[in-house]
Order: sequence, then structure tokens, then C-alpha cells
Amino acid sequence: MLRQPATSTQITHLDRLWLYVLCGLVIVFLIAPTLLVIPMSFSDSRYLSFPPESWSLRWYRAYFGSLEWRDATVVSLQAAFLTTIVATVTGTLAAYGLHLARSGAGRLVQVALTLPMMIPVILLAIGIFLFFAPLELNNSLSGLVLAHTVLALPLVLISVTAGFKSFDMNQEMVARSMGASRPRAFLTVTLPQIRNSVISGALLAFITSLDEVVIGLLIAGGDKATLTRRMFLALRDEIDPTIAAISSLLIVLSIVLLAVSQYFQSEPRD
Amino acid sequence: MTLALDQIAAGGTASGANEEALRRQAHGERRSMLALTLPALLLVGFVVLIPIAWLFWLSFVDKSGFTLIHYQRLLHPTYLLTLRTTFELAFTVTVVCLLLGYPLAYLASQLPRRWASLVLLCVLFPFWTSLLVRTYAWLVLLQRRGLVNTWLQKLGIIEEPLRLVHNFTGTAIGMTHIMLPFMVLPLYATMKTISEDYMRAAANLGASPIRAFWQIYVPLSFPGLAAGLIVVFVLSLGFYVTPALLGGGRVMMWAMQIERSTTVYADWGAASAMGVVLLVITLGILWLVAKLTGSAKLGEAR
Repeated sequence: MLRQPATSTQITHLDRLWLYVLCGLVIVFLIAPTLLVIPMSFSDSRYLSFPPESWSLRWYRAYFGSLEWRDATVVSLQAAFLTTIVATVTGTLAAYGLHLARSGAGRLVQVALTLPMMIPVILLAIGIFLFFAPLELNNSLSGLVLAHTVLALPLVLISVTAGFKSFDMNQEMVARSMGASRPRAFLTVTLPQIRNSVISGALLAFITSLDEVVIGLLIAGGDKATLTRRMFLALRDEIDPTIAAISSLLIVLSIVLLAVSQYFQSEPRD
Repeated sequence: MTLALDQIAAGGTASGANEEALRRQAHGERRSMLALTLPALLLVGFVVLIPIAWLFWLSFVDKSGFTLIHYQRLLHPTYLLTLRTTFELAFTVTVVCLLLGYPLAYLASQLPRRWASLVLLCVLFPFWTSLLVRTYAWLVLLQRRGLVNTWLQKLGIIEEPLRLVHNFTGTAIGMTHIMLPFMVLPLYATMKTISEDYMRAAANLGASPIRAFWQIYVPLSFPGLAAGLIVVFVLSLGFYVTPALLGGGRVMMWAMQIERSTTVYADWGAASAMGVVLLVITLGILWLVAKLTGSAKLGEAR
């Protein structure tokens, strides 16, 4: 089998065995370190070893038993849910408007809305920190949601815009010619058909907010500290094994969200 | 309604005056559609544009009014060293990402569908996992008594544990891991569009596989290559989290300097000036590349 050609130019699999080996190693490099955290989080010792010498749920108990960690988790989840709602609604509306407008001004709006992706996050973070200070939006949930929404908005916009590209707008027009108002036509005809790209966008928005560190570090202090902020500060001082337990939970959540998004992407759109 | 109106107008079924009115109405309706982007625009304006403008303003003023002092202070050797470290790290990470990412994207683009999507899933997985979690994983693996050192010692490759973390090496390893998907995904997208016929034609004309690869394949992959390189380089320049943790305070990045000026010294002038410098460098690179690839495309068309 190795002697069979791998490409149309007759290079055999054997000739490029090195390529397969290299790529295998790169894939291990990409996923192994993250996945190793999960078994290590069940280790009993402070120096997380692999494989663990003795297994225990010690670090999970430490996480669930700590009021600080629990509070931070609640703040992070609240922020992520609110961000998802605001970013998905405004992002979908904007994608709809831009898709129908098709004008020069629309291009400019599109650039403005994707701007948050191009600006280094640290810059956004200090800009927001300095601007929110006099408005007393720092250390508040609304401030955090506003900041995270702006980060998530471009992702929703891109995802939903892609959805509109494979949707035939004439369908909405038919609905309206039969007497449906524009909002009703959009909600009953268009939205169900671009559903998958809206869901993909919403999932991206959720994970963006949940994983965000830098802005949270600057503007989410006091009792509004996010999970990632607490994790970052704990890691800067010493390697607290409790973080292995939290990380494992986050990894499992990521896998679930990735699976859900893949499911919605693989489903035929129409 | 726009499209139907357009069709009627184009078909000439309406009379001249009607046509004009219809067109105007269609135009007006399109413009009103743009109003739907207002909530999003207001958000971006309030959370991005005003704060960045505010930052610009702060970087040029002090108690006495307009000043360039904040920028002059950036010429101090400490800041210049930070800038150098930042560029060195960004450059190293970009090169390593290229060396690891190009072969992977190349192979993935040629694999049968099922295998290719498996590889892509492995590339997407880190994308969906928290940046902090991945950085933490490296911190645990690379520490003195960590997995990498223990295994290397067990295998007899090294006697003493290596210093793999809280230095340049550890930071570069962690950043490469974070940045690799940004290199692979655009490369893969471009390579998928390169037809095998080109390579076959090159082989027919007598080119060796290696020559055909370098002369035909690599140039055809330039769009994805350029996109990957820029994204990785630009993101690395402004990177904060991973260097802050894996560098252990010994590797000072520009972004860390900004954060320190803001939170530790409350020196807002310096922080703003550094922020503006980072923004100008970032947007400068993006602009330059857009210009270069834009003219390259024109050259192709000719």
C-alpha cells in the first residue's frame, strides 16, 4: 500500500512518509497538551504528574467548595449568556441590513463592525478601562457585557452573512407579497432557514465571552471578577492545581460546543 | 421588495416616470435597511471608537496641555528592549508556525474527505478551547518537575531538568501552539482551490516534483500564505496572556508593558502612547500587505 502513488504526479506514500510523520507530530502538538490536563486534574499530588500516582477528586472538591471560584463562575456564565443574546440579536440585524442594503455606505459599515477584530485586544482593554472609569462601568456586569459583545459581534456578523449568501431572498419577498409584514416574513420565512449560521454565531459569541481574559483582567474587578480573571491571577502567583480541575471542565464544555457547532454546520442548509 | 421592483424597472414594463419613482423608492428602501445596522454600530462606536479616540487624546496631553513627552519617554532603552523582544518573539512564532502549518495544511488539502475533516477538527479543537487553559497546560507540562522534563530524564536524553518555562523558549512554544490554527486554516482554504492539473502539467513538461512544488504550487498558495503569516504576526505582536504567564516576568512584551503602566503605575499617558504605537504598527502592517497583495492581484490579471 505504501508503494501506491499518493498524488497524480506519482509520488508514492513511501516517498512522503516523512510528511505523514511530521503532520502526525504536529497534530499531537496541537491537541495532546490540552487533553493531558484532564487525567492530570485527577491527580492527588500538588505536582500534577502523568499518569497520576494516585487518583483523587481533591481539586474538584477544592473548586466546588470555594465560594470565590463559584462566584467567579456565576459572573462568567451570566456575562456569556447576556453577551450571546445581545451580540446575536444586533449581529443578525446588522447582517440582514447589510445584505439588503448592498450599497457603498454598507461597505463602510461592514468595515466599522469588523474593526474590533483588527485592533489588538490589549488596546481595546485599556481604552475601555479608561473610558468606562468616569462612567462607572468598570467592575459592573453591564460594562463587561458591553465589552464582550463588541468582541463577539464580528463573529456573529461573519457567520450570519455567510448564511444569507446561500439563502434566496425572493422567498421573503413572496411572503411579503402575500401580506406578511417585513418582521413577520423575516421571523417565519428567513430566520428558520438561516438558523444554522445564527446558532454557529451564537455559540462563537458564547465561547468568546467565556474565554476572554484581557478585558476582564482590567475591567472586571471586585465581586464581578470573571472566572478567567481569577484563573489568570492565580496562575501568575503559583500553579494552583485547582485550575487543572476548572480547566478540565472548560475543555469538556469546549468539546461539547465544538460538536454542536459541527452538527449545525454539517446539516444541509436548505 | 427591492429585487422585484428592480426587475420590473429593468424589464421596462413601467412607464418612464413610474420607473424613475420606483427606482427612487427602491433606493430609499435600501437605505432604510441600513438603519438595521444601527444598534451594532452604536455598540462599536461606544465601546471601540470613542475609547480608542480617547486613548489618542490622552497620549498627546498632560497637565499643561499638548505634549509629545509620552512618546519621547518611549525612546528609553527599557521600552526599546521590550519592542525588540516583541518583534523577535512574533517573528520566531510566525516562522515556526509556517514550518509546522504549511505541511499540515498541504497534507490535509489532499487527504480523502473523511480524513481531512478529522485533521481539521484537530485544528479547530484548540480554537474552541480557552486560551488560558491551553497556556496553563503548557505551564504544567514545561515546568521543572513537569511532564516533558520527567520523560526526557527517564529516556536518558538529559541529566538535569531543562529550563523550559519562564523564559523565551517556553513563551515561544506556548505562543506557537496558540497561533498554529490561524496559519493552517487560511492555508487550507487556499490549497483546496489549487487544481491538481497544474502539478500534472508541470510534471508533463518535465519538472521534477520538487521543482514543480516550488515553482507552481507554492506561488499558487500565496494568498493563504500571506493571510496566515499576517494574522499570526499581528496577533503575536499584541499578545498578552500567554507571554505574561509562560514568560514568568522575564519576557517583557509590549502588551505587558501597556498593562503594567495602566494597572501598576496608573501612568495613563505612557499606556496610551504605547497603545497608539501598537495600533499604528498593526494597522500599518495590515495596510501595507493589503496594498502589496492588491497590486499583486492586478499583476496577475494582466
